[in-house]
Amino acid sequence: MTADLPTVWFALTALTFTIYFFLDGFDFGVGILQPFLARNEAQRRALIGTVGPFWAANEVWVILAASVIFAAFPLWYGALLTALYPLFALILLALIGRGVAFEYRSEVDHVRWRLFWDATSFVTNLLPAFLWGVIMSNMVRGLPLGVGGRFEGHVLGAFDLFTVLGGLATLSLFVLHGATYLLLRLHRGSTLYLRARRAALLWGAAATVLVLAFVYVGFVRSGVFNSLGLSQWLFPAAAALNLGLVWLALTLRRDGLAFAATGLTIVFSTATIFLSLYPNVLPSTLGEAYTLTVRNSASEPYTLRLLSWVSLIFLPLIIGYQGWNYYVFRQRVQERDQAIPGGGSGD
Amino acid sequence: MNELFGFSTLDLSRFQFATTSIFHYFFVPFTVGFALIIAVLQTLAYRSHDPKLENLTRFFGHLFFINFAVGVVTGIVQEFQFGMNWQGFSNFVGNIFGVPLALEVLMAFFLESTFLGLWWFGKDRLPAWASLASIWIVALGTTVSAFWIILANAWMQHPVGYAIKNGRAVMTDAWAIVTNPKALEWFAHLWSGGLTVAAFFVLAVSAYHLRRKHNVPAFRVSFKVALLTALIGSLGVIAAGHVQGQSAVRDQPMKYAAFSALWDTPTGAQMPESLVALPSNGARANRFEVTVPYVGSFLAFNNLSGKAKGLNDLQKEYAAKYGPGNYLPWVWPVYWAFRVMVGLGGLMLLVSAYYTWRWRQGRLDDPGRLYPLLLVMPLAPHLANFSGWVATEMGRQPWIVQGLLRTADAVSGLTPQTVLVSLTAFWVVYLTLIGLDVFLLTRTARAGMHEPEVETPSVPAPNYLPEGAAP
Repeated sequence: MTADLPTVWFALTALTFTIYFFLDGFDFGVGILQPFLARNEAQRRALIGTVGPFWAANEVWVILAASVIFAAFPLWYGALLTALYPLFALILLALIGRGVAFEYRSEVDHVRWRLFWDATSFVTNLLPAFLWGVIMSNMVRGLPLGVGGRFEGHVLGAFDLFTVLGGLATLSLFVLHGATYLLLRLHRGSTLYLRARRAALLWGAAATVLVLAFVYVGFVRSGVFNSLGLSQWLFPAAAALNLGLVWLALTLRRDGLAFAATGLTIVFSTATIFLSLYPNVLPSTLGEAYTLTVRNSASEPYTLRLLSWVSLIFLPLIIGYQGWNYYVFRQRVQERDQAIPGGGSGD
Repeated sequence: MNELFGFSTLDLSRFQFATTSIFHYFFVPFTVGFALIIAVLQTLAYRSHDPKLENLTRFFGHLFFINFAVGVVTGIVQEFQFGMNWQGFSNFVGNIFGVPLALEVLMAFFLESTFLGLWWFGKDRLPAWASLASIWIVALGTTVSAFWIILANAWMQHPVGYAIKNGRAVMTDAWAIVTNPKALEWFAHLWSGGLTVAAFFVLAVSAYHLRRKHNVPAFRVSFKVALLTALIGSLGVIAAGHVQGQSAVRDQPMKYAAFSALWDTPTGAQMPESLVALPSNGARANRFEVTVPYVGSFLAFNNLSGKAKGLNDLQKEYAAKYGPGNYLPWVWPVYWAFRVMVGLGGLMLLVSAYYTWRWRQGRLDDPGRLYPLLLVMPLAPHLANFSGWVATEMGRQPWIVQGLLRTADAVSGLTPQTVLVSLTAFWVVYLTLIGLDVFLLTRTARAGMHEPEVETPSVPAPNYLPEGAAP
């Protein structure tokens, strides 16, 4: 792997997606788990409170990922977004619904109003968590691209065993990640905490099965992961080992370790995807001539150099103040039994 | 290209782009001006240690938050839709256009979303100076964000600092792109416009409560701050708009001619300006018009003898330069949108001047006979922005990048069915968002301030009790 500028930017794209999946992954997880964990209004509020100050900044990473691909790999950007248009449209609509659900659910003190937003939040967290996996596995598997990156396929072609397993794998990983995040954010021993622990064990099992199935199908089917070379088993194996580590950490009651392990699983899984892509960015299933590679889809060196300098200054700054944000709100969240009409007294 | 109900993928994609951008633009300029007004209010509160003003800041902060949520989520669509619907455009300009977008995210979006969270939820967890700094950083972020996005748009209308290589535009001079004269004029125009959106909203809310004698000392402060912002904003919009018109004559003469429905280059010693006209693209003339002499020359050149070229002459010039084809924008919507924008700009200046005069007369607490007008005035800057975008974006057609790429060549190879489905979905979701936003803003604004303003957080603030403490 030569360290030329397009490759550096490919790595940075992978990094941006990794950070995005790591951060928004637990937001999605908390949103999906909410109806299963919270039984009353105070508990629902506590769960939302665990991500309240963070979700907006977490979500910005996906905007950055999109704009990095646009600026550094314009052909990749156009081909991917056009080819998987319906999936991206669904993700966008879901992200809109999710953000609004976060902000508006507590604006009106009415049971049906909150019920509506809770339902919206569940669906709009579930959809992207599943669809991101479908998109990533489509990227690895390749798309029917013709001349100039023009999409020659059909919407339903985006779904097959491999890509659906990819979707289920991200979905279960994000839920698991959300559960271990809650272990860090809730008071130990509270009802919510205990339920989150049970959810982590359950979803840990589901995620292990689904990730292994996804990797197995990926190796067997046309060997999409084979381009990893000598280390082809390294990253998938690391991801699987980490899932084992989650169980160990949960048994030892090491919350920090459990969260780190689910986070690392996401990191290794995303690395698997991007490493198996390289040196392509979007393989064409219609012929190698149409495949988009790091080289033939990258921007000119002038543009990449400019982007590099700006990122060199701003990325550390962003990571710094975002980290400070987490530090300011570092305490665990306690459910508050305030008098809320219709909220119910719960269990 | 196949069609659906007579609409091609191009038509539907353009309509979708217009929809998602214009809806997004209902929320964005609001945050630009509003963050600034809130930052000023909090600075006043910080310096005076007046709890009334702190309450006032939280009250307007709550309104800001309601709006910001929708602004953020509709902004994500903007970042993806260039690739989704405009593959030809992304391929052609990614080298250049993608950069300001990426810079906007790196320099502004993270800043806004992180520090707004810190400001809102961290009120009791941060020292007062850090809270104040947070809101100023949010205000800075909104301004930086506006700068980069306008820079990107300005490049499409007036490409600079580029070369064409293998059929794609590549960047050769980043400095030329950053100092694109078009971008600087437009930034001034749009930023001032952003001030007016928030200013007239805060004016309306403050007047509503002043009229009802709620928290008079506090709302008097917000009224004054908003009034000054409205005055500066409307003056800025008009001044920058005047400069822009003159540079359009030079750089985008076709658009300028469409603004004025000027079909034929004037033959006399001066250029009249059309007051009212019924332009017709079919007839390539106005079916009816009323003009005033000399005004056109003054607006376009600051003198009484300058003449701009007419649409028909420009069409001939473009056909000779770029090959046969129709280079005329659709004139009547451009012409009328331009006039609505200018008219509303004038109205905003009049209203803010009138209330400044009343302030000098010492009649600030009484909104007077224009009170009903003041309550609907928040619509004026929104409508002006809307028409401004329609005029400028329709006025540059058929080009997506002036002189380099036609809109028809930029569109993705999607079926019209696909675009129609997503277009419908976006309409449903966006109309719901607007409805919710207006409903919640009105409701919260009318409810007024509580003492103290703590029970109105959008998202419940995390309840951090020490471990083991009874809830």
